[in-house]
Amino acid sequence: MATATVPGQPPLRPPAHQVSPRAVRWWQLNALLTLLVLTVPQVVVLLALGPNAPSWLAITAGATAVVVAGYALVVPPLLYRIHRWEITDEAVYTLSGWLVREWRIAPISRVQTVDTEHGPLQQLFKLATVTVTTASARGPVKIRGLAADDAAELARTLTETTQATPGDAT
Amino acid sequence: MSTDTTTPPAIETPWRRLDKRMLVVGPLNSLGRLLPVVALLLITGQGDVTRLWIALAAAVLVVAAGVLRWRTTRYRITADRVELHSGWLRRERRSVPRDRIRTVDLTVRLLHRAFGLSLVRVGTASGDSFADAGSLSLDAVSKAEADRLRRALLDRSPVAAGTAAEAAAPGQEIARLDWAWLRFAPLTFSSLAGVGALGAAVFNLFNELGLGPRDIGAVDAAADRLAGTPIWLGIAVLGSAVLATAVVGALVVFAERWFGYRLTREPDGTLRVRRGLLTRRSLSVSEQRLRGAEIVEPLLLRAGKGAQCRALSTGLSRDAQGGALQPPVPRGEAHRVASAALRAHPLEITQAPLRAHPPAAQVRRLSRSVVPAVVLVAVAFGVGATVPAASWLGPASLLLVPLAALLGLDRYRNLGHELTGRHLVARQGSLQRRTVALQRSGVIGWTFRQSLFQRRSGLVSVEAITAAGEGGYTVLDVAASDGVALADAAIPHLLTPFLALPTAHDHDHGSRVPPHGAHPTD
Repeated sequence: MATATVPGQPPLRPPAHQVSPRAVRWWQLNALLTLLVLTVPQVVVLLALGPNAPSWLAITAGATAVVVAGYALVVPPLLYRIHRWEITDEAVYTLSGWLVREWRIAPISRVQTVDTEHGPLQQLFKLATVTVTTASARGPVKIRGLAADDAAELARTLTETTQATPGDAT
Repeated sequence: MSTDTTTPPAIETPWRRLDKRMLVVGPLNSLGRLLPVVALLLITGQGDVTRLWIALAAAVLVVAAGVLRWRTTRYRITADRVELHSGWLRRERRSVPRDRIRTVDLTVRLLHRAFGLSLVRVGTASGDSFADAGSLSLDAVSKAEADRLRRALLDRSPVAAGTAAEAAAPGQEIARLDWAWLRFAPLTFSSLAGVGALGAAVFNLFNELGLGPRDIGAVDAAADRLAGTPIWLGIAVLGSAVLATAVVGALVVFAERWFGYRLTREPDGTLRVRRGLLTRRSLSVSEQRLRGAEIVEPLLLRAGKGAQCRALSTGLSRDAQGGALQPPVPRGEAHRVASAALRAHPLEITQAPLRAHPPAAQVRRLSRSVVPAVVLVAVAFGVGATVPAASWLGPASLLLVPLAALLGLDRYRNLGHELTGRHLVARQGSLQRRTVALQRSGVIGWTFRQSLFQRRSGLVSVEAITAAGEGGYTVLDVAASDGVALADAAIPHLLTPFLALPTAHDHDHGSRVPPHGAHPTD
């Protein structure tokens, strides 16, 4: 699958699989929660102070709401388009990031642990995050927003493969 | 007693305790730390009997804690694990596989030395090698036991270590202290930081004793005299006094830290750094686990044509001296030690001629240093406009812009990378220039990172992931296709299935080696 390279981008083909489409909703919900955390205190102060409230507070509260809501609308679908992952017999390969793109490659032979994580929000959408750790402090490769079933299957295969590899992977 | 069987019975390795002398040294150590407080209690509460009792009770508690600690701490080295049990109320059991051990660090503090003891810190490889979990320390055992542990823990040969012949073998000397290197002492930040820490400690001590600096006659008199002189003279005098103290302090710290420095290659396959006047340290790094070396040149040191070589290995502590194979030395000496440690020609590692990075990288380095400076200048002018007393701030801050530009240019000039026979060499930084030579076989993954700005200028940062040192070393701002080609050439096959156009880059990275040389094919 020799896809043509985008000028300026590293000549790497994107990893084969997309994350679960439900991840979009999950990211949007995350953004909405952030929206609440950021705006609710401002609104509370605004209401509490009533006419004494400084005029800029209404502006910042409004601006925060607009920016975060805009983010929630635009960015999650974008993230879904960008985030990709792939596991071959030799390597784990992921692509993530929005403003800063990150391509990570870790050889299977160097994988030490495989963790699956279901946050409360992720459980709501039946999603999971798989973290693949190598011997390096900078190494962990995370695949976020996988369908829970896929994640379990992935973790199982990876664990089997890594257990078959001798040595301490450093 | 037991008869010979085909499988020898699993002999329980006996548990060992810390040295008995710790029963004295431990409490003395704690008392030493408590001394200012106790002194204060006694001085301020003259004649007050309860205070005396408090002090006594504290002393008894300290001794009891020491005994308890000694009683509850046990360790043993079995055929394949090191085990450490400690604690009374909160018991801690640590067990580390021996093949995870990378470094052994012996530290002999002054008090330990008086009693012939040594602290042993065992550095291990683990995913989070920087967490405390990565190390295991014994405080303290006898010097002979420490030496036995050092040998035993890093020796992988099946034959039991520590035989008389081996103990007698001297090890091959790679470097020893040259007092002419003392001239580099004032040029390093870590020395200055050491002086600062020393000053703070002294100040703290005075503070705890309830003495202000002005209680000392000479200081008081000097302060009074200073108060009567014009301000610029005061600043000049104070500045030169601080500078003189810093220089003298740096010399003292250097001498204390590096007295008796020797770097040797031991017969058991380790590199060993020995140093220290009051606190003596011995750091042993398993050579088999050495993943590379790094030449560090802070700006001042670089200006003085000095440098320092550090080892890249897992299990090294993260303090300023972590992995330092030598004090600040002349540049050539640093490269020589790196080459001796890695058993490679300097031109193959840290002195390899490096490829320059594309002009876009220069634009990026410049904009990243100048833009923040311009913002600062704007802020300074803004403050100057609103606060009349600070109106000089704006014009003065203009000086930042050329400085930032110089910094950016220097950062670009220092960028470089190359792939040699066995190493990936990368250089970056200006205030702290670092040249890393990382073994290609030590690379356990890649991360390519590209921001929006980098994408527009066709650059990418390539991070080689490794278990050693900081966990990853970055080749900053290379052309996107070159970065991928570099990684592909460094570890053949790993990247190949993910390349977009498998034939599109006949780049000459790795031309100095056969393209797929010495790599296990599958």
